[in-house]
Amino acid sequence: MTNRFMTKPPSRRQFLSGAAGAGVVGAAVATSAASGGGTQGDPLITQVQDWAIGHGDGVDITPYGLPTDFESDVVRRNVGWLTADTVSSVNFTPIHALDGTITPQGCAFERHHSGAISLSKPDYRLMINGLVDQPLVFTYADLERFPRENHVYFCECAANTGMEWAGAQLNGAQFTHGMIHNMEYTGVPLRLLLQEAGVQAAGSWVFVEGADASSNGRSIPMEKVLDDCLVAFKANGEALRREHGYPVRLVVPGWEGNLWIKWLRRIEVTDAPVESREEISKYTDLLGNGIARKWTWEMDAKSVITSPSPQSPIRHGPGALVVAGLAWSGRGGITQVDVSLDGGVNWVAARLAGHGHDKGLMRFYLDTGWDGKEMLLQSRARDSTGYVQPTRDALREIRGLKSVYHNNGIQTWRITPDGRAENVEVS
Amino acid sequence: MSRYRDLLLSAALTAALMTGPASAGAFGLGRAALPDEIAAWDKDVRPDGTGLPAGEGVVEAGEALFSDRCAGCHGDFGEGVDNWPALMGGRGSLDQDDPVKTVGSYWPYLSTLWDYIHRSKPYGNAQSLEVDETYALVAFLLYSNDNVGADFLLSRDNFLDVVMANAGGFIIDDRAETEYPEFSKQPCMKDCKAVVEILNRASELDLTPQSEMTAGSGQMGETASNDQTLVTAGERAFRKCKSCHQIGEGARNKTGPVLTGIVNAPAGAAGGFSYSKSMRNAASAGLIWTKEELAGFLAKPATYMKGTKMSFAGIRKKDDITALIAYLTSYSG
Repeated sequence: MTNRFMTKPPSRRQFLSGAAGAGVVGAAVATSAASGGGTQGDPLITQVQDWAIGHGDGVDITPYGLPTDFESDVVRRNVGWLTADTVSSVNFTPIHALDGTITPQGCAFERHHSGAISLSKPDYRLMINGLVDQPLVFTYADLERFPRENHVYFCECAANTGMEWAGAQLNGAQFTHGMIHNMEYTGVPLRLLLQEAGVQAAGSWVFVEGADASSNGRSIPMEKVLDDCLVAFKANGEALRREHGYPVRLVVPGWEGNLWIKWLRRIEVTDAPVESREEISKYTDLLGNGIARKWTWEMDAKSVITSPSPQSPIRHGPGALVVAGLAWSGRGGITQVDVSLDGGVNWVAARLAGHGHDKGLMRFYLDTGWDGKEMLLQSRARDSTGYVQPTRDALREIRGLKSVYHNNGIQTWRITPDGRAENVEVS
Repeated sequence: MSRYRDLLLSAALTAALMTGPASAGAFGLGRAALPDEIAAWDKDVRPDGTGLPAGEGVVEAGEALFSDRCAGCHGDFGEGVDNWPALMGGRGSLDQDDPVKTVGSYWPYLSTLWDYIHRSKPYGNAQSLEVDETYALVAFLLYSNDNVGADFLLSRDNFLDVVMANAGGFIIDDRAETEYPEFSKQPCMKDCKAVVEILNRASELDLTPQSEMTAGSGQMGETASNDQTLVTAGERAFRKCKSCHQIGEGARNKTGPVLTGIVNAPAGAAGGFSYSKSMRNAASAGLIWTKEELAGFLAKPATYMKGTKMSFAGIRKKDDITALIAYLTSYSG
């Protein structure tokens, strides 16, 4: 399968002379003219359209704007058979239909253990207790008086791609990789709140819990807390959504989403982990030999091609093609993303779009051409620690087949000659 | 400006000092947490028994409670109902192909069970269990998992004596040693393997929610033709038709006839529209606008029906036709 595909965009000279573009760009023009075609002009151009005659909506029709109806399919979706009840369940970000890096809150995946509760700012209290000089209670208004910071971070559920451990299972990037979102958070460094209470020398961990019925308590080592944990109350410039922990959630950059406590109500400084249900019976990784790893907090480097993908097939026929994807690492920044069109035989470096943020999503593109033949698309992320995203087989070799969480192996989409994409695993 | 800020800052600090802030910190924010407040929220219990309140409960009492409060989801013995978690069994399965991770087979600490039940159970009525009830339920689950006998009484005094089967079953994250060196090698970029074989395909399992697939994904069959995604795609495709056709409530004939109810309707049936001769002939011959017939017509109207008044080149993309028909179907019966 070597050299079957044009993996490099043509040079400007080749493009202008038509040497490289001929069969590729030319074909694209022919197919994209479908709606006009022939000798008759495109009625969308030649005939006066309704929207060019009358008026559109006035202001204030929608005081808080929603996406146009034309985009009504770009929504979170769940997989019914995964969980017993939607109250304790998860749905998936439509990453196949988004671009850039910031995830709009309205379609950012949800994961609840007791449902999304309704908690107002006046009713909100945050307690700090345990090994501190003075246990404290903060109101929401108190939090707004601490110095605050803005950071872009991804939040990925440890179970993202968990259904793919044993082989290709779900046809759609939304379902295989959609337990992730990426937002700009505004909040107060947790370290400042702890300093206000005065952490005692023995305090080496914190136990954090939410106000919902599950409370979802988790233990976090003090080193991480003092490093970059954020008590956030805004995302993408506006208040958090209820389903993401309004009015206040914990942001634990680069670490598994289960630690990002929503409706954060209490932070207890301790000298040992609590070993709560969420951190020992769940969110642990059973290895092949029956022993399980615990405290696997960091999300390793990972990437996925979001388009083309099963829900976002190639609709334009052969010719110019943009392969778009996302890459991220919980241990730093993305330094390179390699893309393969032939199932991992040959790789080329994709174009990284923008500077990216440490522990935030990076957008990548491969601007290429498609000859209309089968492709096996893969992407491979590299991060600032030198880590290279492994294959699924490489992960299985070490961990076995029984893990659920932390599957960051390389994803393959098979593109068929008619432009469809399907989730496959290759040798 | 800076004088103003200094003034504000010193005023704030003075006010904070005067009201006697609880905080030891620099900002003087927050107030002292009161003992009853801490007691109300600080309920976590640790493996060494820290946080465990005095109390006790026997298996028999736990069984009655379990049957009443928990069995609806977890089954009478903790075996699990439908997709709800099993709480018993699975011992010895962790190194097998299909491990069963339960309280009995997987949970290494008894404190985790006590803590979770007391703070978050029962599902939908959290924090409703008394301390002794929690002890009783934990005792029952230990019994269900053959950890203790039927007459066992669990209390704070013997809590740490209970041995969990998988107490030694965990290691701390070792990726830094077992994985990172291996996954930090310079990767191959060219001719990295001799053959690429497809090992398995998601479509073989058929687990993707089918109604969620988009047009052109190849996953749509007759059953998915009304799916909202497809209809939305069809609505977009219908923009081409809108200059001549109306559909839905209040639709009127324009250059072309009203299309409400067109799918599976007899041809040439829109009241008040003047059809071509060829369409009238087709109607008398019994043409019904099935999805198949519509697809043929929409692909190339003039070829499908010589002499039709519809002066439209046709829709080239099969996916667009499928979506368009789905949209038309959404306005049909």
